[in-house]
This record gives sequence, structure tokens and C-alpha cells, in this order.
Amino acid sequence: MNVTLWGTRGSLAAAGPETVRYGGNTSCVEIRGDDGTLLVFDAGTGIRRLGTSLGEVRRVDVLLTHLHMDHLEGLGFFGPLYQPEAEVHIWGPPSSTQNLQQRLIRYLSPPLFPVRLRDLPCCLTLHDVPLGPFRIGGCDLEADLVCHPGPTVGYRIREGATVAAYIPDHEPALAVSDFRREPQWTSGYALARGADLLIHDAQYTDLEYPQFVGWGHSAIGHALAFARLAGVARLIPFHHNPAHSDADLDALIEGARRTNPPFEILPGQEGLSLQL
Amino acid sequence: MTAPQRPVELILMRQLASYLAMPIMIADHARTLLYFNQAAEALLGRRYAETRETRLEDWMRGLPLYDEAGQLIPPEERPLPVVLRERRPVHRRLRLRDPDGPLIEATVLPLEGQGGRHLGAAIIFWELAAR
Repeated sequence: MNVTLWGTRGSLAAAGPETVRYGGNTSCVEIRGDDGTLLVFDAGTGIRRLGTSLGEVRRVDVLLTHLHMDHLEGLGFFGPLYQPEAEVHIWGPPSSTQNLQQRLIRYLSPPLFPVRLRDLPCCLTLHDVPLGPFRIGGCDLEADLVCHPGPTVGYRIREGATVAAYIPDHEPALAVSDFRREPQWTSGYALARGADLLIHDAQYTDLEYPQFVGWGHSAIGHALAFARLAGVARLIPFHHNPAHSDADLDALIEGARRTNPPFEILPGQEGLSLQL
Repeated sequence: MTAPQRPVELILMRQLASYLAMPIMIADHARTLLYFNQAAEALLGRRYAETRETRLEDWMRGLPLYDEAGQLIPPEERPLPVVLRERRPVHRRLRLRDPDGPLIEATVLPLEGQGGRHLGAAIIFWELAAR
């Protein structure tokens, strides 16, 4: 499978000269199966450029981790939604009170957005994500709720023997004091276990985190400890703090590498593309 | 071989219980006692670090419960098995270990997850004499 990062920023888009290399767009990751299966994870502002790059699309599946704005605000600008021949499937975490359509139209309707969901010309299907295994094209997926305010899932994507895990908003440290001891009590562990690639929340430096406990995000130290526990091969720190400049993120990555983790650390830069 | 990861709702429930001062126990839907907090340790006279996860049947054998009249409560009529079986809350006064022991109150809540998943139950004890 091929993985491309189209938006790596958390919380709020952060365009500007100080964020050129890591990018200012909010969360969006494309995973393309070897058979052409097209999966898009989250619909932050990065999804606009992804849509432009796709041209005419037959089928695309957009899988949302949750409905916070930084994961949704680009959806209305996703080109395939306006292609009458395109089959677009949007998956989102279940809620006990409203289905995905009811929750999506709170944003995709006036006055917040001029186009209503029902007026989109594509062939649109909405799905509550099953909590457990399901299949899209040639990829086997698994979704599970993770520790973040409101119903939020992470995803495990498998194609053949290759596994990627996408957990962009995650605060496992809130519920575990020692990552080394209790994998069964660590949120997200089952999704990330043994993955070839883990894309994981690393919004804060370790020094910043104590001011933001309970906000649903990880410090870089937590991302490293979680990746170590899960035994992944590569980690992409993701969901960058909008206040972090390229220089800040370089320092964050460099510091993480100095801990000599038993996995490769790839900088979560917009445009990064890798074949697994 | 590591035990499977718990659902995040149970992970968060355990975390909350570890912070609260009242005695709390957590069981999963498969009748395994997963956790009890420090306040429960004091009440039950057992340490979680030594007990760890225990089958409910084994746990109940070692901890008889009596009703207000001092009558032994049969295992399947105890609050926790009722809640796990019937998925409804139960509140009951009872005595631990000793038919003449102090009365305590137990509230047992089913833990229901997104998508209709029955996750287990949480027991909250209330020591009447201590309040």
C-alpha cells in the first residue's frame, strides 16, 4: 500500500512561512491499496489538494476518526463530492444519539456551508463505522474507540501482510501510568500492535503536555512509548500543534530520534509519501 | 501471549475509579472481575496487585454476601450477576462476609458502550457507618 500525507496539522490550519515544510493543512491521509482501493482518512483542509490530484474518481471511501472541525472542515471542498459519476462513501464513528448524516449536516448546511449534503451531485453513502473488522476493496480495516473527547476511533488497515495504523487524536497517557506494563489497559494498543507504520498524535512537547492533560492529545514522549509498546516498525508523529514552527518540529523529531527507539521515526511532513 | 486490549470505556472507567475515594469494582461482560480501587481494597481486605483479574465465580466463593436479615444471598442473586445477566442497575443493602456485620449499600451499574455493546458493570459500595 502507498501512504501519502495531505494534512498533518492538528486543531487549526496553520499556513505561513514558518510552517512550509511540515505543512499547515489539517489532518488528511491517503492510503492507496495495491489494487487501487482509495481510502482517505479524515477530511481536514488537506483533503482539498488530495481531491484536486485525483481527477475523475469512480469510488472513494472517506473514513473519519471523529467530527471535530479539524478533521471535517475540508470535506465540502473535496472534488469527488461534485462529480456525478463518483461513488463517495463517508464513514464516521457511531453516536448513541444521532446518525452520521444528522451530525454531518450540522456543518454541511447553511449558514456554515452553502451546499447541503442532499444537494451534492455524487452518489453519496454514509456509514456508521462498525467497531470491529470490515472490508473495503482489497483492504481489511478495523476501527476501535480510542481515548479522546467524544466518540473517536482509530483505524488499523491491512493489505496482505502490510499493516498501517492511523490514530491522529489520542491521549493514551490519560489512562495508563506505565506504558511498558499493561498493553491490555492501553487505549489503541490493539489497533497499533505490530504495525509496519503508525501515524500517531504527537501534538505537544513533553514540557507542554502538563498544561493540556485531558484535551485528548499526546506528547511526543507518549507517542514514542506507545509505539514502543505496540512494537511498530515506523512512527510518524502527527497532528502537529498549530503553534509549532518547522524549527520546533525539527527539534521535536531530533529529540525523539536521540532516544534511540527500536523503530524508525519519519517526520510527519505534508506531501510525504511512502510505499509499505 | 498478552491479554486482549480492553474496550476504551473500561480503560477510562478504571482510570476514573482509581481517582475516586469510594470503593469501586469493575467486571467485564464475561464475568471476570477486572479491577478494584484502593478504597475497595480497604473494604474487601484484599489487594488488587495480589488478586489481579479473577473469575467472578472464584471471587464470590471467597466473599459471601448476606442480606439485611443476615441471610446468605445465593450467588446468582447477588447484585453483580443480576446486572450482568439482565443489563439493568441494581441497588441493595448487604453485609460482607459476616451475617451480623455492618450494613453497606451497593449500587451496580451496567456499562453499555457505543453500538449496543454490553461491556460489563461497575459496583460502587457505600459504607453507611463511615458516612
